[in-house]
Amino acid sequence: MSKVNPEFLKKVKTSDEFNASACLNCGVCTAVCPADIELLPRKLFRYVLLGLDDKVREHQKEIFSCLLCRMCEENCTGDVHISENVLFLRQYFTKEVFKL
Amino acid sequence: MPLPTGDIIGLLRDNLVIRKTVFPISKKNATGWASGLDIPVGGETVIYTGSMYQLLPYIIASVKSLELFEDTFFENFVFLARFFNRFINVSSFIAIPSGKDVREYSTIVRNIARLLINAGVKFGYFYEKELYSGTLAHDLGAEDTFREHARNVYAMLKKEGVKSIITVDPHTTNLMRSVYPVFIDDFDLEVKSYLEVLAEKDIEPEKQIGEDLIIHDSCMYARGERIIDEPRTLLSKAGYNLIELKDSREMTHCCGGPIESLFPSAANRIGAKRVEHLADGNASAVTMCPICLATLKKASEGKLRVEDISTLLARAYCGE
Repeated sequence: MSKVNPEFLKKVKTSDEFNASACLNCGVCTAVCPADIELLPRKLFRYVLLGLDDKVREHQKEIFSCLLCRMCEENCTGDVHISENVLFLRQYFTKEVFKL
Repeated sequence: MPLPTGDIIGLLRDNLVIRKTVFPISKKNATGWASGLDIPVGGETVIYTGSMYQLLPYIIASVKSLELFEDTFFENFVFLARFFNRFINVSSFIAIPSGKDVREYSTIVRNIARLLINAGVKFGYFYEKELYSGTLAHDLGAEDTFREHARNVYAMLKKEGVKSIITVDPHTTNLMRSVYPVFIDDFDLEVKSYLEVLAEKDIEPEKQIGEDLIIHDSCMYARGERIIDEPRTLLSKAGYNLIELKDSREMTHCCGGPIESLFPSAANRIGAKRVEHLADGNASAVTMCPICLATLKKASEGKLRVEDISTLLARAYCGE
């Protein structure tokens, strides 16, 4: 069972960069992804919004496989800044997991 | 198992902190393109290469090495390479570029400068003083390193009295125009791609080329900076017959290159998919980004001729 990490949740809530609350879960992002990343971004973003940092950490590969090509963003019905959100997660990994 | 993401990011980040560049490029290979062009040092308007094209031969060579490690026992030892790289420049053994690639990518930057000179644009260049823009550090999430590096680049440009920058590739354009202002207070430099500068100058070609061309837009130019019509205007004016794919302009399909340093096999798969779109008929494909050029050339395996837009423009506008 996943646990909410309050520290992680605080980082997400106070960040200027991460914002996925406008996501309508329509799935267009997944359908148009040239890298065929099924998890990104809607399912992963839901984990982030819920503060489930262990779930997010399980998906390091998907987070770093994103091409940052913005195809999803161009087609997003909710105008979510998906690539900025992915960058936020990469920054989180680089600091908190890789300790760089 | 994939390559160890943290160690590879760490190695690139260490290089940027210690050596001010992500790959160990020599000064000669970084600046050799400008030889004999009599470009003045510095000035209010400068060409800023960020060494993106010049670094490609090193990236091609390092990806070849990483492909040998991917999904093998040896990928467990990348952490050792990172450890020793802090003291000895290990990355210089991993990334030994071929002379052919160095010449090819230098010629592209030289052609860009020649196009600007022919168009009557006055600009300078910082030669050895020019720093890498920090693209990889930013894209891989090394935020603190990127922030410090970007501030150093900006401080140098301000100290030298620069007001306007002409960029040569989409990643440096996007980074300096749209990302630097987020990290640097009061950022006030004008940043334009050479394609925008040439299109504004309304230049006339010296000869017409009647070849068919399939356009591969760069994600960063098309979706990041909305530089879509400028390359088309310049190519059409030169007589190229442009073929538009369904996945072009704002809907362009990524070449896969941005993830090549971490997931070479996945990048190859995406590149091959894009080549399938482009290899339709006998037309050559035109790219406008060094990463797209290298990735699509590799993925095409000789089935498709891929050329950088500057090569095609130089043929028409510089009368080659």
